[in-house]
Amino acid sequence: MAENVFNVSVVVMPKAEILDPQGKAIMGGLRTMNFAEVQDVRIGKMVHLKLSGDSRETVMARATQMAKALLSNPVTEDFKVIVE
Amino acid sequence: MRFAIPVFPGSNCDKDCLHVLGNVLGQDAFFVFHKEKTLPATDVVVLPGGFSYGDYLRSGAIARFSPIMDDVIRFANAGGIVVGICNGFQIMLEAGLLPGGMRLNTCGHFVCKDVWLRVENGDTIFTRKAGKGAILGMPIAHAEGNYYAPPDLLKEIEDNGQVLFRYCDQDGNVTAEMNPNGAVNNIAGIMNSDGNCFGMMPHPERASECILGGDQGRVLFESLIAAGGGSVCKCGCRG
Repeated sequence: MAENVFNVSVVVMPKAEILDPQGKAIMGGLRTMNFAEVQDVRIGKMVHLKLSGDSRETVMARATQMAKALLSNPVTEDFKVIVE
Repeated sequence: MRFAIPVFPGSNCDKDCLHVLGNVLGQDAFFVFHKEKTLPATDVVVLPGGFSYGDYLRSGAIARFSPIMDDVIRFANAGGIVVGICNGFQIMLEAGLLPGGMRLNTCGHFVCKDVWLRVENGDTIFTRKAGKGAILGMPIAHAEGNYYAPPDLLKEIEDNGQVLFRYCDQDGNVTAEMNPNGAVNNIAGIMNSDGNCFGMMPHPERASECILGGDQGRVLFESLIAAGGGSVCKCGCRG
């Protein structure tokens, strides 16, 4: 199969049990702006990658390796890989 | 003793470490550029503080993959002594040389101030000359120093005596008020289970000469030098 280029997003978020001070500060800001319905805010990172590969499965597997090795820290963060 | 100090792009306490180890304590301290693949013969590796790679992604995450780090990890796994200060501690966590991870400070911003530390385990090569219960003053300067270990791991490192320093008040009381960053159990410094790798967020190299505001950090380096059978030059203010 020919190599294609895939757009891949890796979403990295602090684990649920980890306090997120940035999220807390932004929640406070939104509530100050009268968005009283805000119950929680959590801040993470999104990493966009362009990856060449012969299939979505290959690209997903490679991006998952990258996320485990560098893009996230398994002690404090979870991640999700999205292949467009 | 020989102390290798790897220099990463963004390291900013490398010269402080070189000065204290070389000029104040009379040891053979030298830099190793991060692009080197092999450590020269050394007794200790000191990973210095700073903002390696601009703290991009996570503190220490990219430096952990610098070429020199493969040999630092090999050295540590062979029983070599590795000390990480501030960003060096973060790099050691990312490299898996120490257990746990770092979070952003609970207050959400960079904190630079003097803190007190209580020595929790005096029976280590890093703390023997201070002794258990000693109270040491030195500065912190970080935004990501909120040490975290999940509950099972935390219990393990506490039970094993791997916690070497906790944030405390001047009398040694460990309280939430004296915790500058939210670290679990007020932890400021830990070692690995083998006792040859050690990391701490506060800066002992910035508290090693009275003329610069205090010398209570020097006892860490003196402990290491004594453990290695070396002697300390008597040029410092302790005479």
